[in-house]
Amino acid sequence: MIIYGTALLAVCHLLGIFLGDLLGALLGAKTNVGGVGIAMILLICARLWLHKRGLMPAQTEMGVAFWGAMYIPVVVAMAAQQNVVSALRSGPVALLAAFASVLVCAGCISLINRGERPAPDTEADAEARVATQRA
Amino acid sequence: MLELLEKTAKHNGLVLAFALVGLVMIVSMQLSRRLTFGRVHGSAIAILIGLGLAYWGGIQTGGQKGLADVTLFAGVGLMGGAMLRDFAIVATAFEVQVVEAKKAGLVGAVALMLGTVLPFIVGASVAWGFGYRDAVSITTIGAGAVTYIVGPVTGAAIGASSEIMALSIATGLVKAIMVMVGTPMAARFLRLSTPRSAMVFGGLAGTVSGVSAGLAATDRRLVPYGALVATFHTGLGCLLGPSLLYFATRSLVG
Repeated sequence: MIIYGTALLAVCHLLGIFLGDLLGALLGAKTNVGGVGIAMILLICARLWLHKRGLMPAQTEMGVAFWGAMYIPVVVAMAAQQNVVSALRSGPVALLAAFASVLVCAGCISLINRGERPAPDTEADAEARVATQRA
Repeated sequence: MLELLEKTAKHNGLVLAFALVGLVMIVSMQLSRRLTFGRVHGSAIAILIGLGLAYWGGIQTGGQKGLADVTLFAGVGLMGGAMLRDFAIVATAFEVQVVEAKKAGLVGAVALMLGTVLPFIVGASVAWGFGYRDAVSITTIGAGAVTYIVGPVTGAAIGASSEIMALSIATGLVKAIMVMVGTPMAARFLRLSTPRSAMVFGGLAGTVSGVSAGLAATDRRLVPYGALVATFHTGLGCLLGPSLLYFATRSLVG
């Protein structure tokens, strides 16, 4: 049943957020530390474990896949509720600080990614592999 | 008749949001195909339209939550809120290839660390350049350059004024929006094509919203890898901001 997949996703989500809050409280960070990341790792582990035991029929997978596919529409809705007005009106300090840090980070990303050994992993190759592994 | 329609819309906020976002997606996909011949990703246009709607909503209501402050479109707040956003992000983990993720583990951690410290230094320097001289203000603005959540959390912890907090949130917001809009354009320069590069990007660019939207508009398959790292970004920032980074700033500016 589809709901099994969605329920599995929900349980991983809740457990991950809870553990993230717990980790935050333990570290005294006053916020959730990596809750979503922990939930993702839990879901990956659950998938591997269930798959090995043949407990992951296509129907169940669809219960998760639907929400994964809803991701972009959700992000669009998220964009629609940002405080764009205050961001645009905030004056030069915010604009300059944001712009400069984006530039520095972009340069850094570019630098690190250029270091990735390109050998057998050409762009098309990697893309094809991601695609086949997904299928 | 019109009242009845309005009532239907108000009582079915989330459902209306689904329809509205669907409409935005159709329009963006058509614009992408017809106007840019697929060069600009449809999702990127959709996110831009979303930000435009948020601006319109903010002007209309004077509120802080963009389109979601317009009563008719309150459902957008639920659909794009933290709950469903995180739910959908976690769901994308279903496509993560463990081998790929493991390979990039260390470089992801390094990127995460750099992604916290570098924006902080830049933000703090800009604050210094604009004449802020107290450690609390400098730290809060610097933390805002990490993400718009790290800023206020740090500011609240070290006792910054509400004006500085607002400035810090704005810095993070502008950064997130720049990442959302700029990533698809800069994808080639950033070498954003493999799971590993997405993880580096997730660690350095910060803000789950910026990273996830930027990657979604670049290549949807890269989203889970970037998000997996980015989700630790805010936590790390909130951890270091009021502690290590504050102490370091204080020792520098006295």
